[in-house]
Amino acid sequence: MTAHGHKQLGEVLVELRNVCKSYGRGDKYTEALRGINLTIREGEFVALLGPSGCGKSTLLRIIAGLIGATSGEVLYRGKPLRGVNPNTTIVFQSFALYPWLTVQENVEAALEPLGVPRLERTKRALKLIDHVGLDGFETAYPRELSGGMRQKVGFARAMAVEPELLCLDEPFSSLDVLSAESLRGELMELWLSGGIPTKAILMVSHNIEEAVFMADRLVIMDKNPGHIVAELNNTLPHPRRRKEKAFLAMVDQVYGQIVGRTRTEAEELGSAPGEPGATRALPPAPISAISGMLERVNEELTNKIDIYRLADEFVDDYDEILPIIEAAELLGFVNVEAGDLSLTPLGQAFAEGSIQARKEIFAARVKRVPLIRWILTMLKAQPDQRLSWDVFIAALSREFPPEVAERQLDTAVDWGRYAELFSYDNSDNTIFIETEHPVPQSAVPVSEHPTSES
Amino acid sequence: MEALQRRTIFATGQGEATYLGWADILILLGIAVTVYLGVQLASNAPPSLARAEIDLNPQVLPYYALRSVGRMTAAYILSLLFSIVYGYLAARSRSAERVLLPILDVLQSVPILSFLPVVVLSLTAVLPQAVALELAAVVLIFTSQVWNMTYSFYQSLRTLPRELREAASVFRFNWWWRFRRVDLPFAAIGLLWNSVMSWAGGWFFLMAAEIFTVGDKDFRLPGVGSYLQEAANANDTNAILYGVLTLVLIVVLLDQLLWRPLLVWVQKFKLETVEDDNPPTSWFYNLLSNSRLASALNQVLIVGTIKALDRRLGKARRFEPAESERPLHWTQKVARLLALTIFVLIVGALGIELVRLLLGVPLSDYARVAAGTVSTALRVLTAMLIAMAWTIPLGVLIGSKPILANFLQPIVQIAASTPATAFFPLILLVVINNNINLNVAAVLLMLLGTQWYVLFNVIAGTTAIPKDLRDMTDLLRFKGWNRWRKLILPSLFPYLITGLITASGGAWNASIVAEYVEFGQQTHSVIGLGALISEATAKGDFGLLTAATLTMIIVVVTINRYFWRRLYRIAAERYTME
Repeated sequence: MTAHGHKQLGEVLVELRNVCKSYGRGDKYTEALRGINLTIREGEFVALLGPSGCGKSTLLRIIAGLIGATSGEVLYRGKPLRGVNPNTTIVFQSFALYPWLTVQENVEAALEPLGVPRLERTKRALKLIDHVGLDGFETAYPRELSGGMRQKVGFARAMAVEPELLCLDEPFSSLDVLSAESLRGELMELWLSGGIPTKAILMVSHNIEEAVFMADRLVIMDKNPGHIVAELNNTLPHPRRRKEKAFLAMVDQVYGQIVGRTRTEAEELGSAPGEPGATRALPPAPISAISGMLERVNEELTNKIDIYRLADEFVDDYDEILPIIEAAELLGFVNVEAGDLSLTPLGQAFAEGSIQARKEIFAARVKRVPLIRWILTMLKAQPDQRLSWDVFIAALSREFPPEVAERQLDTAVDWGRYAELFSYDNSDNTIFIETEHPVPQSAVPVSEHPTSES
Repeated sequence: MEALQRRTIFATGQGEATYLGWADILILLGIAVTVYLGVQLASNAPPSLARAEIDLNPQVLPYYALRSVGRMTAAYILSLLFSIVYGYLAARSRSAERVLLPILDVLQSVPILSFLPVVVLSLTAVLPQAVALELAAVVLIFTSQVWNMTYSFYQSLRTLPRELREAASVFRFNWWWRFRRVDLPFAAIGLLWNSVMSWAGGWFFLMAAEIFTVGDKDFRLPGVGSYLQEAANANDTNAILYGVLTLVLIVVLLDQLLWRPLLVWVQKFKLETVEDDNPPTSWFYNLLSNSRLASALNQVLIVGTIKALDRRLGKARRFEPAESERPLHWTQKVARLLALTIFVLIVGALGIELVRLLLGVPLSDYARVAAGTVSTALRVLTAMLIAMAWTIPLGVLIGSKPILANFLQPIVQIAASTPATAFFPLILLVVINNNINLNVAAVLLMLLGTQWYVLFNVIAGTTAIPKDLRDMTDLLRFKGWNRWRKLILPSLFPYLITGLITASGGAWNASIVAEYVEFGQQTHSVIGLGALISEATAKGDFGLLTAATLTMIIVVVTINRYFWRRLYRIAAERYTME
């Protein structure tokens, strides 16, 4: 151990060379991961971060050997990995405890397949349960325990098999804030003191602060398809304090990497289905969340806010705020740069506007979004200005996987309804243009406001 | 409430497909071929068989009851094993699933009773008669019990949370640990509820399987079913009463001493993390868990067996390969194609034979099949309407008054698990002695067998209406019809559909025993598809039997796909409380 509580780096445990993962064939082909190169050494605590759908969990499962890679090499201690990796174990987000087994039985269940004799099994299980502070709860069933205690069982079970590489799949994200914090502290203590035989830890996280708090290296991924965009070394000494300047700077830096920056309007908007170029996918953001965020930024005197602060106030995980920011960028309400989010004049007008004014601003902006424009054009081409939901899905399915297509149309209809551009009839599953309440075209105050100056 | 769980557990048979695909056609063809083969075997059976005499002395009833329960148990164990194997096969492999699921779907719509003669006759052709008869009865009961259990187990395997499955892989459970620690516990609750239901359904068919005639061949097995039938034939009211009493007694005993305790015990395998407000209770279970002797026996017999199995099977190591979607090797492709070709050729060749058999049926018989289908459909419809007319008000009443529910629920449950076929002789006696139209009796008999599904679901639906919604409806002062229209009926809709789907399938099946009755020395029948099947069986007219049976399968499957599933989807999308 070094002076700052960092571990000495040792041999290479995991090596991924140009790993790709794709599912399906033909129309249903989706690429989950592309060209992943990653090395994990002994003594390292690595965190995987990135927006939802970037394949972090898939990557973790490939390393654990639960999923095979489509191409590329997965090496463990220099040897190609085949099947489930016997040197790893996973602590799951949902705990994955067997509810019909007691705490002790759950821990012992991990030892049974290894052929550990019964007495030895019991001894080891009891010791570990004691170790994680669950002494006295051996005969309790998981349903009798709180979330934090359940995850302690999850950790005890994982440690029972003494893995070299401990994989954590968002282990704290379904716990309440306080339990999560104390469990993180306890894990760090075990890890840094060398109290467990674990050689390295790989953690998928939805929480940037948590990753900065725990990990030595942050691997940042992006989606479509999942790939690594950056690796940041985190050399802050342990124990780390969240309010320290250096800590906050690190968090800010990570946010900057994950959120990126606003591009030009044409790039942000992208193209409509059927047009050349990548079809712009709508971020799944509800209107109320977009307006809530704009109002919050508008409260700042500078109309500008650090994204990590925004995330901190509104949501537990950055994952939830990313689509909202993306939507606001797409609509030209905000600009993002270097981890800061600032309102455009249009965004400010929206945040301060009345209900009706907001709708008008929104309608004018949303019409420029290619997917919405495309839906409007298709509807207008129909004699009764009506088209079935399935027709749109069929068209979108050429560009997106089926469930993404559904989500896209859901968001589009949500936005279109709010803007009173078109609506959806549940009884016959059609999308139609509402003729009774046309949006007053004259009141549209928009296109003068440029989206992005930078 | 139990009925509530039932709904979520039983609402599983409704798959995605709503059209008849090539797989279905292939399967229909396969079934048709099986019927045909059985018929071929059957017509070669020896012409006369000795008949066991059924004693009407009440003293023999315990023995008869034992025989009947033995048949049920054998069939149940068979069903359980089949369910597990079939469920695994269907859940583990995508390509197997594509074939196995439609097969299951069609098989559960097959009128089991029309298969009985085929099964018996083909078995008697190859086995000694006594064995063949027992085996036939077991097979018949098996086919009535197995499908929903299989569905349930398959469904559990498919819905096992991903992380629980992954944990099993990460901790390298071999097949045995996986089965014992993960799959079986997870499936246990659904499997048990379905077992209870299957067991009740089994009684229905046991009654029919113990005594029947095919052409000039008359078969009977000693049991409660044959006792009741014989008693009715002999017009012996006392014997009928004894028989029904015995049956009710067995049903109550099994419920109290076996199923109830098991249902309490199985709660331990619940996945939900919250405690149930109203868990099932059983006095017998409490008794057992307080008994030292019972716990000692449990230690020695059950725990000991499991430990021995663990030692034997738990050691086998198996590191499973990571799942991956590599395309098939060309040899595998060729092998697959070859297997498919051979299958299609065999089915095709037999199919041609079958068509020849069907072509041999005179046109006038096809006209009767058509007329029969229409009139049976009308009877099923009438039975459904009557069932709704009384079960909805009563079910809502029971469901919204907990005190009433506590009092009525056990009675309803016993009534529901007593097989309707047991009362057939009694009802027929009344109908025939009073010259009542057999049409009335047929609808009544269908009703008797199927109304309970509707009632249970209505009760479940009523108890599931959220309290907030009730309160709001009170605040808005919705009364009378308005209350029904705005709150109760929409909330009930998904439950009602679930109940009606099961009930209508059962009603079609029941038409075989309800529309055609041999009573005393006389035959009473009405125009109907079920009557045709029974008549063809009795006369040994296998062409007509095949035609009528296939018609019924096609009608039931079509109604399920095009009518019920659509309603079910609407119910799931629009009227589900989430």
